[in-house]
Amino acid sequence: MVGNDTHQVSPVVLSFSEELSEGIFLIGFKRNFLFKAGQVIGIAMEPKGPRRLYSICSGEEEEEIRILYKVVDEGYLTPQLSDLEMGDTIWITDPGGEFTGDKDPAIWIATGTGVAPFYSMFRSGLAEQKKVILGNRYLEQFHFFDEFATLLGENYIRCCTAETDEGVYPGRVTQYLEEQPELDPKLKYYLCGSAEMVVEARDILISKGVSFDRIISEIYF
Amino acid sequence: MQEKLFGKTLEELKAISLDLGLPSFTGKQLCEWLYKKEATSFEQMTNLSLKARVLLSENYNLGLQEPEDEQESVDGTKKYLFPTGIGKFIETAYIPDGKRSTVCVSSQVGCKMGCLFCMTGKQGFQGNLTAGEILNQYRSLPERKNLTNIVYMGMGEPLDNLSEVLQSLEVLTAEWGFALSPRRITVSTIGITPAMLEFLNKSEAHLAISLHTPFDEERRKLMPVQQVYPLKEVLKEIRSWDFGRQRRVSFEYILFKDYNDSSAHVNELSRILHGIRCRINLIRFHPIPGTPLESPAESAIEEFRNKLNAKGITATIRASRGQDIWAACGLLSTKRLQKN
Repeated sequence: MVGNDTHQVSPVVLSFSEELSEGIFLIGFKRNFLFKAGQVIGIAMEPKGPRRLYSICSGEEEEEIRILYKVVDEGYLTPQLSDLEMGDTIWITDPGGEFTGDKDPAIWIATGTGVAPFYSMFRSGLAEQKKVILGNRYLEQFHFFDEFATLLGENYIRCCTAETDEGVYPGRVTQYLEEQPELDPKLKYYLCGSAEMVVEARDILISKGVSFDRIISEIYF
Repeated sequence: MQEKLFGKTLEELKAISLDLGLPSFTGKQLCEWLYKKEATSFEQMTNLSLKARVLLSENYNLGLQEPEDEQESVDGTKKYLFPTGIGKFIETAYIPDGKRSTVCVSSQVGCKMGCLFCMTGKQGFQGNLTAGEILNQYRSLPERKNLTNIVYMGMGEPLDNLSEVLQSLEVLTAEWGFALSPRRITVSTIGITPAMLEFLNKSEAHLAISLHTPFDEERRKLMPVQQVYPLKEVLKEIRSWDFGRQRRVSFEYILFKDYNDSSAHVNELSRILHGIRCRINLIRFHPIPGTPLESPAESAIEEFRNKLNAKGITATIRASRGQDIWAACGLLSTKRLQKN
């Protein structure tokens, strides 16, 4: 997620770094603060440098904070982040943001790295009565597949646009939503991803009878 | 493609001149021609040497662009469609109102913010405008000579394109530029807090903040930005900022029937804005295709205003303009996008 923020920063040392699939990285550092699953932190390369916001991609009780990001070639921060190694220092803000989950029945819908806040909620014990609908271009981009599939079974839906496999919906998330004969208007619908996906998915949900006040969106801008 | 000169700062134009082997003062002369004498070709720049004009025209173009389409409302409001460098279109509105004439400029092609009530958001984000493309909407407006005010309230979130918006403001207000008073300019934002602070630091223009409801839960359903930049943090920064006597902060409030038009909203607005010298602009909602939101009755809007005024908050109802041409909603450019 792009955007600066105004909070003070403090240094953390990277204790984990892995390229999960081409251009998509997961980094981690020791957790020394409390947060709510779904919140974001600001990350900078130096104390007074530009900061960008990223959703936390780990559980509230876990020892490490994990951050999932995709390298944007023309971006400011992600190319630098991807060059870091374990032991290197980055600067982070306190957690913030209100895109937080709860135990109510809900549908979590995301594309790309928009899965991060939902994985955090999942790892924080909020997966019961949830259905997860994720969209990616390639199958290898469905990170955390084993965990989601094991716990959620049929309530874990993968929508893939460039490849196909058994049990995978061949198309975009919005196409999947459009094809649903009915959507439960009593559920909450969480959306996370690009503006295009969020706006289109929200329109589809509303057109299928979901009240807009049941839809909670976070846009990666 | 040749680089465009229009929209560049004095320093940039000096640097370009030096790069071409021309004297540094050519940069100042270019400013005069671009922003004061309103040249439309290098040939008109008669105080530049022939060599300078040839070199400039071989390497640069002026970057001025006439509108490609135009719609006029019965109330005199006009909406222009300008092509951009990335092959897309932006809308610019001209709003005459007695002695006051305002141009409403776009800062992005499309928008990333995804507000529920906004048509521009439905076309997604196509790209940022350059400072030159923002300024061209002012410079190439056929009614430019009538203009008294400029508002950055067209397509896009201005503070999501901060560097180009700041550069355009510099050109508009600098002595070497259009030399307009910053008090004639208002930049609107949905409240990207860090960029807002940088804007407040680096510009003297007025600030307008899209508020739309004082309640966090409601606001996050209307405006996804609330998830990461909550209104309370925006107001905290505004409260601590010294706006001085001349600079103004205002809040935009679109009224939605039975959603944000109750007495509870008036009371909460009064509470959260306490101590901030400001004005609230109440705006009638003009429903866009497929929206679940509705516009309240005229009487409800007036009642809401009266209740705010009774609480000591200056609130005015913005006159609806250009309704018959959808002057404020991004529909014209969305249609052109679909057509292409």
